[in-house]
Amino acid sequence: MSAHAEAHGHHGPPVAHQSSRVDARVLGMLLFIASETMLFGSFFTVYFFDRVVSPDAPSSWPPPPYHFPVFVAGVNTAILVTSSFTMHWALQSIKRGNRPAFLAGMCLTFLMGLAFLLTQLVEYLHIGFNTSAGSFASDFFGLTGLHGAHVFIGLSLLGMVIVRGFRGHYSPEHHHGVELPGIYWHFVDVMWIVVYSTVYLL
Amino acid sequence: MENPFRSEAAAFRFLLVTIGAFALIVVAGLINNWLGLAVFLLLTAGAIWLYLRQRGERPPRQHVAHMSPPDEHRVLVIANETVGGQELMAEISELAITGQARFHVVSPALNSRLKTWTSDSDAAREAAQQRLDATISRLSDAGLEATGEVGDLDPLVAMEDAIRTFHPDEIVISTHPAGKSNWLERGVVTAARERFDLDVRHVVVDLEAQSPA
Repeated sequence: MSAHAEAHGHHGPPVAHQSSRVDARVLGMLLFIASETMLFGSFFTVYFFDRVVSPDAPSSWPPPPYHFPVFVAGVNTAILVTSSFTMHWALQSIKRGNRPAFLAGMCLTFLMGLAFLLTQLVEYLHIGFNTSAGSFASDFFGLTGLHGAHVFIGLSLLGMVIVRGFRGHYSPEHHHGVELPGIYWHFVDVMWIVVYSTVYLL
Repeated sequence: MENPFRSEAAAFRFLLVTIGAFALIVVAGLINNWLGLAVFLLLTAGAIWLYLRQRGERPPRQHVAHMSPPDEHRVLVIANETVGGQELMAEISELAITGQARFHVVSPALNSRLKTWTSDSDAAREAAQQRLDATISRLSDAGLEATGEVGDLDPLVAMEDAIRTFHPDEIVISTHPAGKSNWLERGVVTAARERFDLDVRHVVVDLEAQSPA
């Protein structure tokens, strides 16, 4: 038995080695963000290759005669960014013990996220091209689709928080279950800002 | 640099910063592609500069609360390769004579960067544990009350961990002589004096002088 265990009369499995260098939850979030950044990074690499590096890169983006619905996507962006504000409001509300405001904030966030996803689906149906139109179309559907999948996961998490919230879960002392989906939701928004700026606007 | 996704509030702030940064890039890019690229590079350089500046900052001095009984003096001993050295044992004995002292020995698990990043730390921890066990045994034989643990490979982090649980009144850091000590090269003793609001003793152990010729 180790000196440490002997000294404290510890029984059972050894105490987990934990250092103050990196908190386990922070480390988990760091690894998660790193993996997500690499995933989106690989898609962006293909996008920039097709658009800038490739000898067949189009002179204008998207190549004529196609158009991206910049305005509709802009409105969708505003909806998604607003949902981050309501998410932040919801968490601040539960921290202050204001349950009605927390539930209202969560429901608004969910509805705006759902509106974003449905608008994106409608956008796909009316965009006038599909993946066979060229590599630019694959880039477009790949990046926006990957992001849409993340929004769907985020909505699932928000849905669980709402159900638990209506069942009386969470309090000013215990709101970790709201905090983590909130972090995820903001990350999804950050990625959309990058996708919208690079794919639609630039 | 702190993780921008360490909390919901931090992630929300990061989102706002991202919106601002990309608004600038898009506006500049719509004026001229090269201007957009220049703004992007400028913002990236700014972010790297902020990261490097924050990384170089020393953490604030920590106040360590005195939690031991009035007649007890708690001593935290930090040592690894020198953990069983004569000079260190003599220092511990001297401290034990002066009053009712309680010792907690921390032996940082020294490891290479590569092995640390790949989580290959078992051998380092085992070696540190063996040295620690031998030292605890020697202290017990001398009638001294001592506990011990294997700590983080960074001695300052190991000290911080131990301070949180042991609440010492004093720290003793044992190192090799100057010129042979990696810890002295890195300024561990000076950093400990700056970081912790405690008395910090430095004991030099010359293992070569102690080994039989």
